[in-house]
Amino acid sequence: MDWLKSNWSRFAIIVCMHMLVIVVWQIFVVVWDIPSYVMPSPSETLNSLLVDYNWVHNALITAYEIFGGYFIAVFVGVGLALLFSWFKLLNTTMMPLVVSLNMIPKVAMGPLFIVWMSYGVVPNIIIAFTICFLPILLTTERGLKEIEPDLIDLVRALRASRWQIFTKIQLPGALPYIFSGMKVAVVLAVAGAIVGEFIASEEGLGYLMLQVQVTLDTAAMFMAVLLITMIGVVLYLIVLVLERAFVISDSRVQ
Amino acid sequence: MAKSFISLKGVRKTYQVRGQEIVAVSDVSLEIDEGDFVSLVGPSGCGKTTLLKILAGLQSQDSGTVNIGEDGTDFDPARDIGMVFQQALLLKWRKILDNVLLPAELLGLPPRESRERALELLSLVGLEGFEDKYPYELSGGMQQRAAIARSLIHDPKLILMDEPFGALDALTRDRMNLELMQLWSESRKTIIFVTHSIQEAVFLGTRVAVLSARPARMADNFEVDLPMPRKLDVRTNREFGNYTLRIYKLLGLD
Repeated sequence: MDWLKSNWSRFAIIVCMHMLVIVVWQIFVVVWDIPSYVMPSPSETLNSLLVDYNWVHNALITAYEIFGGYFIAVFVGVGLALLFSWFKLLNTTMMPLVVSLNMIPKVAMGPLFIVWMSYGVVPNIIIAFTICFLPILLTTERGLKEIEPDLIDLVRALRASRWQIFTKIQLPGALPYIFSGMKVAVVLAVAGAIVGEFIASEEGLGYLMLQVQVTLDTAAMFMAVLLITMIGVVLYLIVLVLERAFVISDSRVQ
Repeated sequence: MAKSFISLKGVRKTYQVRGQEIVAVSDVSLEIDEGDFVSLVGPSGCGKTTLLKILAGLQSQDSGTVNIGEDGTDFDPARDIGMVFQQALLLKWRKILDNVLLPAELLGLPPRESRERALELLSLVGLEGFEDKYPYELSGGMQQRAAIARSLIHDPKLILMDEPFGALDALTRDRMNLELMQLWSESRKTIIFVTHSIQEAVFLGTRVAVLSARPARMADNFEVDLPMPRKLDVRTNREFGNYTLRIYKLLGLD
């Protein structure tokens, strides 16, 4: 089964599987004659792009919220994990708090964020961030702990500075773990941004979905979901590409 | 009396474990001349590793004195100590050459010269042509050779080895013993070599220091008067046998 391993055939398989889903979807809708307000066909869904729903603008807003919340989460997650690993006291005092604060349903916090920060992309970015930063924090923390104590001794014997230990040993050593957390966080960031838009927003794909729901334009709702998914996939692919660039294949956490 | 390169006097170290005081090292005194190869033998958990860490400046003794470079040799603890552990502890995301270069980077040594030296050292330890491999592509013995090359990159005066061949199979271990013997005869660096193997201790050492079970106390400390460089057949010598027997007796294994 060597042909399965080449990059091209892998890519072809990915494309084929996605096409297959679309084909099955089309057949399903046509054969059972499902009304389009219940489930539009792929072609009807695509056609909804022709309606002036300000697609590009709304998609960009949603993408901005997802990416914004996500990258803040990466920085805060990795940064906090690092501080926790450097300062034991901070870890013992703050970590339990972070965990219980994380148990607060962020969706329920949404209306509060809106009260505090009013409408706009900022509260949505913050909701996306709060939902997706914990897995990054936890996996990074784990990754930083994976370093062999003897290795730390070895570099400490050379009087390496804390910064050197971090940049040359801890961070690269933790990268496989950081990436595994980052992959989990993509889905959460997407969900967070959309939840924000559902609660209160004047733009974005989540907002658009609520608008077209009133007019029962199900095709446009499908299109919005599809676009949201694609934004998530793009973010995921970016993370995969970064992982391939920075983590040698042997130590990638699957 | 001429002063020694390394001089330990009445070194004592205790740990607190769950409120109980554990004496790891009790009253160890030892004089080591520059260029000596000192084997440190003793039962497991007898504080040998603690002693090495004290020498490396990673821990401080509770009482007693540790002096390195007392004999007037100029000794900088940051630059003049190389360490090798039981695990090779190579950074898995770095190629072998870059692993060997780690101490040079941490110490800020000139990159080009260090690179040349690293290549020389790699061929010295028999890893010519492996500089661009990743650690996972090398066998355990080869990884340990790379670790030895790494311990030499900054040309330290003192090399501390903590059971470096303990995780290798018997044949590889014999080969590594020969290679280390060769390496030491050529470089005449001061080596302190912790081992469980009495044969290895006598084969390699110009001196053998025997530590008793915890707390580590100097049970014996004698010169091994066998011609250098030694070949593996020395182990069948009568004198060699006498030395090993002497250690077995000290450890109550006769």
